[in-house]
Amino acid sequence: MVTAMTAITATTKEKQMTDQRDSINDRVANKESESNAADNRSSMDDIHKNEEFDIEINGTVGKPFVDNAKMSSRNCDVFYGDKQAIFDVNVDIGNHEILAMIGPSGCGKSTYLRVLNRMNDTIPICRVTGEHKLDGEDIYSKKMDPVLLRARVGMVFQKPNPFPKSIYDNVAYGAKLHGLARTRSDLDDLVEKSLIRAGLWKEVKDDLHKPGTGLSGGQQQRLCIARTIAVDPEVILMDEPTSALDPIATALIEELMIELSGKYTIAIVTHSMQQAARVSNRTAYFHLGKLVEVNETDKVFTNPEHKLTENYITGRFG
Amino acid sequence: MSKQYKNTDTIRAGLKKRYAREKRFQFFGIASIFISFLFLLVLLVNIFSQGYPAFQQTYVKLDVKLDGSAIGVSKDSSPEELFKANYSKLIKNTLKEMFPDVKGRKQKRALKRLISKSAAYDLRDKIIENPALLGTTQSFWFLAKDDIDVFMKGDIDRTLPEADRRIKDFQLKWIDKLLAENRLEKRFNTTFFTAGDSREPEQAGIKGALIGSLLTMLVTMALSFPIGVLAAIYLEEFAPQNNRWVDIIEININNLAAVPSIVFGLLGLAVFIGFFGVPRSAPLVGGLVLTLMTLPTIIIASRAAIKSVPPSIREAALGLGASKVQTTFGHVVPLAMPGILTGTIIGMAQALGETAPLLMIGMVAFVADVPQGILDPSTVMPVQIYLWSDSPERAFTERTSAAIMVLIAFLVVMNFIAVLLRKKFERKW
Repeated sequence: MVTAMTAITATTKEKQMTDQRDSINDRVANKESESNAADNRSSMDDIHKNEEFDIEINGTVGKPFVDNAKMSSRNCDVFYGDKQAIFDVNVDIGNHEILAMIGPSGCGKSTYLRVLNRMNDTIPICRVTGEHKLDGEDIYSKKMDPVLLRARVGMVFQKPNPFPKSIYDNVAYGAKLHGLARTRSDLDDLVEKSLIRAGLWKEVKDDLHKPGTGLSGGQQQRLCIARTIAVDPEVILMDEPTSALDPIATALIEELMIELSGKYTIAIVTHSMQQAARVSNRTAYFHLGKLVEVNETDKVFTNPEHKLTENYITGRFG
Repeated sequence: MSKQYKNTDTIRAGLKKRYAREKRFQFFGIASIFISFLFLLVLLVNIFSQGYPAFQQTYVKLDVKLDGSAIGVSKDSSPEELFKANYSKLIKNTLKEMFPDVKGRKQKRALKRLISKSAAYDLRDKIIENPALLGTTQSFWFLAKDDIDVFMKGDIDRTLPEADRRIKDFQLKWIDKLLAENRLEKRFNTTFFTAGDSREPEQAGIKGALIGSLLTMLVTMALSFPIGVLAAIYLEEFAPQNNRWVDIIEININNLAAVPSIVFGLLGLAVFIGFFGVPRSAPLVGGLVLTLMTLPTIIIASRAAIKSVPPSIREAALGLGASKVQTTFGHVVPLAMPGILTGTIIGMAQALGETAPLLMIGMVAFVADVPQGILDPSTVMPVQIYLWSDSPERAFTERTSAAIMVLIAFLVVMNFIAVLLRKKFERKW
């Protein structure tokens, strides 16, 4: 229910923004939404009357599939109780690429991200169907252990969530958990290496035993990234990793993502289209639980194939 | 313009009322805190002023002629013979010598009651320890009888008419004589802390009840903490959501928290003593019954504490590949620990002060021995307080208050330990 509500309000917001745009193509729509401005905010029917967002979605346009897929989903549906959150998503994530997922709030992009490492298993009412593969292995099969899967497919969350432990223990936790370091010095090396790769080492090398929660927001998020890469996963999922950060911290993390893509496959959900444009190889646009378009990032932002995608990205920029 | 800013006037008009409401609320708050402190102070001052004399005890010095022949023993007698000898006769003889003008049955009896009955046992222990003392004359300090003690503490007014006093004129004369010879002295009352209960106030101590309470609390703690916390963890983290059985269990736990404690006592009597044959009056059965009583409190508090751990911590651990159990015990439980400990200490404090369920399982009894283990008959502090407050002797009044002070001290120590533990676990996130 909550997801549905946010979807409605977000769509309304998008529309308002789009309304501000004065393009010839949308003049008709503009007139209509201006006249209905007050009603549109509260009524779902009115939203659907709006032509801009009432465009039918018939499958995904663009290039959802790649040859060297690291992860892939076919016919993915996700339900929260009776409510369907994701409708028939088919997409591949290529090896060592950064796939950005954009779309209005509540469009299902975070939900889809959580499908990929079975984090949705923790929500009792959530049901995932379809075929999801990591290196050709079905991740929802009985043989796949979710604990092993999550070690192979790491995740960085929207809100920095370091453990209330020391910086060292935060980074070492995953490695200790999986027995990745045999000796104390191995562990020390691993912590150092991970913090260096996350670009945090210089700032914290003298404070390794201070609590991770005492760092600034941007440092905390990099700590969380360090913690994730300490386990050396194959894929890193990032759920709006910079939404709580200032532009400088954001720039640092974006740089980091590009660096990490040499070694890892990254899927990132973001609200910032600039961010998607800056870091990703391909971009996927989600709308009301449906995957509308997947294409090379350049193409999505310069010459989108689908009308909805165009409306969304131009609305943001305008 | 004025129309545009009309809200400002409306807001300003309401401000005075709002501030008045705030002031009023603050006044009530401060007043209620003040009143609670006042009551607490009155209670503590009352208990302390009544109880502190119990920490002193009057002792009498007697020069006892250890005449072995009078009681049929000698230096070479076996320990068994020494043990059986009639030492009170020695003390009686000493007193007779000190006060030769005592006559009549009544006065003779009163003379014997200058000294506590425990004097004979003290003497016996000393002679068994060193039989060479026999035949010499030694000075000993003996416990004074409770009436003498009460008089020495100024609780008997010698200006009252003789008929209204427990200490008669001839006894006063003896006391004056003893005082003149420096044979009466008030000392710190170690007996109160080293002895079990007794019918004689001067010999009665809190140790039996204290150890009984301690053992009972240990049993309660050892059972209710792990069971309660594990139940809470299971219900909160592992149990299926929206399951009918889980709901039923939840409702029942909440209801159990409101069940009168005497009902748990009846249950304990029927199940633990009647069915399982646990010895009655023992700290084990007391602890079992108090565990039943404490469990709902601990479960409810622990669940609330676990629920308040931010889900982001769980996600972080799960996202790194921690299993459910690793997440729960590595992150959720440590973060919930302060709340869990708060709930536990509330439950334990409740259990410490409980008497009603113990009535049913035979812990309201006169138990003179200090319990050695959880299977020995024993009593607990609140029960001891109740028993003493019921006794007619004046000296028990002050001991009642002193026992309350010990109980409060016990509670403070218990809370202090819990606060220390909580500090240790407290972390920011």
